[in-house]
Amino acid sequence: MSESVLDVQNVSTAFKIDGKFYKAISDVNLNVKRNEILSLVGESGCGKSTLAETIMRLQNSKEAKSEGQIIFEGQNLLNLNEKKINEIRGVKIGMIFQDPLSALDPLKRIEDQVAESLVYHTDDNADKRYQRVLDLLDKVGIVNPKLTAHQFPHQLSGGMRQRVVIAMAIACEPDLIIADEPTTALDVTIQAQILDLLKDIQKTNHCGIILITHDLGVVAETADRVAVMYAGQIVELASVEEIFNHPMHPYTRSLLRSMPQKDNEGDELYVIEGSVPSLKKMPEKGDRFAPRIPWIPSSEHEENPKMHEVENHHWVRCTCYKNFHFPNE
Amino acid sequence: MWKTILRRILIMIPELIILSVIVFVISKQLPGDPFTGSINPKASMSQIHHLMRINGLYDPWYQQYWNWVVSLFHGNLGNSYQYQEPVTRLIAERAVNTFWLSLLTMVMTYAIGLPMGLYAGRHEGKLQDALVRIYTYVTMSIPFFVVLVIGCWIFGYDLNLFPTNGSVSPSASGFLPVVLSKIYHMILPATLGALFATSGITQYLRSGVIDARKSNYVKTAQAKGVPMKDIYKHHIMRNAFLPIAAFAGYSIVGVLGGSLFTEQIFSYPGMGLLFLNAVNFRDYTVMTALVLLYGFLSLLGTLISDIALSVVDPRIRVE
Amino acid sequence: MKNKELLKVNNLRVHYPVRGGFWNRIVDNVKAVDGVSITIHQGDTYGLIGESGSGKSTTGKAIVGLEDATKGNIYYQGMDITKKSTRRKLKYNREVQMIFQDPQLSLNPEKRIADIIAEPLRNFEKLSKEEEKIRVIQLLDIVGLGPEALYKYPHQFSGGQRQRIGVARAVATHPKLIVADEPVSALDLSVQAQVLNFMKKIQEKFNISYLFISHDLGVVRHMCNHIAIMNRGRLVEVGTKDDIYNHPMHIYTKRLLAAIPETNVNQRKAHHENRLAVEKMYQDHKSEYYDEKGEALPLQKISETHFAAIPKSRVNLLKSGSGEVSD
Repeated sequence: MSESVLDVQNVSTAFKIDGKFYKAISDVNLNVKRNEILSLVGESGCGKSTLAETIMRLQNSKEAKSEGQIIFEGQNLLNLNEKKINEIRGVKIGMIFQDPLSALDPLKRIEDQVAESLVYHTDDNADKRYQRVLDLLDKVGIVNPKLTAHQFPHQLSGGMRQRVVIAMAIACEPDLIIADEPTTALDVTIQAQILDLLKDIQKTNHCGIILITHDLGVVAETADRVAVMYAGQIVELASVEEIFNHPMHPYTRSLLRSMPQKDNEGDELYVIEGSVPSLKKMPEKGDRFAPRIPWIPSSEHEENPKMHEVENHHWVRCTCYKNFHFPNE
Repeated sequence: MWKTILRRILIMIPELIILSVIVFVISKQLPGDPFTGSINPKASMSQIHHLMRINGLYDPWYQQYWNWVVSLFHGNLGNSYQYQEPVTRLIAERAVNTFWLSLLTMVMTYAIGLPMGLYAGRHEGKLQDALVRIYTYVTMSIPFFVVLVIGCWIFGYDLNLFPTNGSVSPSASGFLPVVLSKIYHMILPATLGALFATSGITQYLRSGVIDARKSNYVKTAQAKGVPMKDIYKHHIMRNAFLPIAAFAGYSIVGVLGGSLFTEQIFSYPGMGLLFLNAVNFRDYTVMTALVLLYGFLSLLGTLISDIALSVVDPRIRVE
Repeated sequence: MKNKELLKVNNLRVHYPVRGGFWNRIVDNVKAVDGVSITIHQGDTYGLIGESGSGKSTTGKAIVGLEDATKGNIYYQGMDITKKSTRRKLKYNREVQMIFQDPQLSLNPEKRIADIIAEPLRNFEKLSKEEEKIRVIQLLDIVGLGPEALYKYPHQFSGGQRQRIGVARAVATHPKLIVADEPVSALDLSVQAQVLNFMKKIQEKFNISYLFISHDLGVVRHMCNHIAIMNRGRLVEVGTKDDIYNHPMHIYTKRLLAAIPETNVNQRKAHHENRLAVEKMYQDHKSEYYDEKGEALPLQKISETHFAAIPKSRVNLLKSGSGEVSD
């Protein structure tokens, strides 16, 4: 296997609510390798975007506190000052956001927005930058780069806007791209094109990609490895084939069951009991998914659930997966 | 964009016609007449009726309106009954004073309001922000004339720092002394007017900065490795200024409205004072002309706002 | 056995004027909906699929009367209800309700759940306070919420619960038809499953028909037996679930189906290749499926249930017995 570009070790991030800090993610361990797409999948509020913003250090230091280590090129990103982190953001790690319209400044022309990271991270003069902008727009599949470069965000279609956002993220050819729900705001046909584009970029630039999504279909089609998140923790981490062919953690299995698919057509869909605990009510101890599978006796759960390497490179949190069954089984 | 602006200006024509009709008709409904009490008290009713008749005051309203419009296009708005002077000349003299006072008020409003708004927005939730917000709440909740009277009393009479009436000292002569004296007379009323008007701008700008800072394009810029101070310069400020641009034209209307109070309290010889006197005196010609002018300026203000917004916002400027 | 026909939309058009030029005159029309015909039977779930801007939502709004039809007719139980006055007379809006995509936006944040659900009841039925309360509690029970929800406000619920409240409100007046516009698009997978289950349960209990508007082909396949594909304001393909998913005829339908991400990782490569092939076919042949103005062709009958807006030449090929038309 190829080298790691990013190593996340024991990372937790807490947010301040009414004067107290509550952990939105905890005990996160994962690594991203060059030439792979790692997908972070989970439902809203599971902490997948928080993890991305923690890696990018996008949180306000007064409202959020992070612990642990995020190792990138031998340094811990969490310890870098503003100046040092800006030498990494946009240059070595690029980010793509969910809603391409709000991710673009409505008052600035596309050329200026794409060129912005070049201004800060290269010595190119304006002419050279403009050439580079046209190249980038061409690379992400914009048909008429000169025209688009001169336009404002509101003049573009949703798919074109997302291509522009991708062009901004890859402007300095980063080693790692974090894509946070890059296709959620797009139609399926455009989604397919954008996912292909991301895969192409990953192949030509030899970078690692973290693809954050809630869509299991997108995961199955694009990811190499998958980390499933629930209530701020990774509960299962394995290759994409393992996740879909041999899911182990009860949450992963439940999710796959609740999805309308060809083979459960028309049947009643599986509903996971209860709901995700809110940030303030997150239990410090015990298996966070246990309340949602109450028919599994508590003896099956670990007191402090840890990640276990059950098979080669297949990690599962807690021991409850061993004897897990659905209520009607 | 030029098409839009031209169309916008053309729309003003029917607006102005409607405005002039309304103004004219309402002014005719006011009780009283300009002669009773202004001429020899011994004049008989029949003499007053005679004066009314030769001045056309007994004609049907539409005829009076028509006569008025025709002379309006000849630059003749009639004579003031009170001053026995052509209305146009009367207003022109006063309008210059009001123009300078309003301009100074606007300049001071922005000079105080913009930095305060930016500062408060940037330090949202901190002590600096709290102080600015207290300031805006205080200035917003005290009625304008109270601010004026108290300001006039403290700085004018009590501390005797600034003059409290007129627009220029009678003893000033020569260009520079006159200009300086004029500015000296304007400082106190303009400052008080500005203090009152800043609350709106400050709050707009403060919330503009806060909204912009929380927007996704700021996150994108951060993710591009742009230092925060540059993000403020290139992204946050520009977006936060949008509502201010839209506000610019309307603030003309606000300042003109404010001048009614200011000029009255400071006995400043501008349009506002002229208007209040005209109302007291039932000086129809002056009154109608001024209301029409105020109406026109308000329409102009909204026009300026629309144009300003379409200039700064490409979403309006570019289709 | 064929169920009774409930709603018939005949050649519905909703056009918006485009103003331009110096005098801001109407220079063109945006044909949001351009000649759509749909028939919904009692107890049936009819799926309307399309991408953003296809006109699917506008069609739904026109059916409940939130949007005026420019041309065409809507018949409800055989009566023409295109006009507002007839809709009112027939108490149409009591029998046809709507569920919106974003429950956050469609529930008044300042009202309590009891009032939100009771609102349609108050409009159409005269109930005493006691009767009303009993009805609201029954309705909450149907969507799996307890009576403690009565005096809470919308923000105190999760997204899925809010959407269930939206469902409860929609069924309050015992409607015969519910137009559901992307009812689960804003919801997480596990919550989506819950809402879909409730919608099915309610359908069986009250014999309700749905017009299920969605861009999610997986959800539509799960919910609907009859499906129409909408593209640029027109229907390009209409048929049963089997017709659409297993024998798509229109090039746009094929492209849409190929673009849905599959969860079967083992066929990832084959699926991807298939998608690229369909995309190439779409780019090469799409001009045959649309007229000079870029509008979809008229629907052609392929079988008793299956219609597609394909060129006549292809229909003839089909009829000559060559079976599947290859591209």
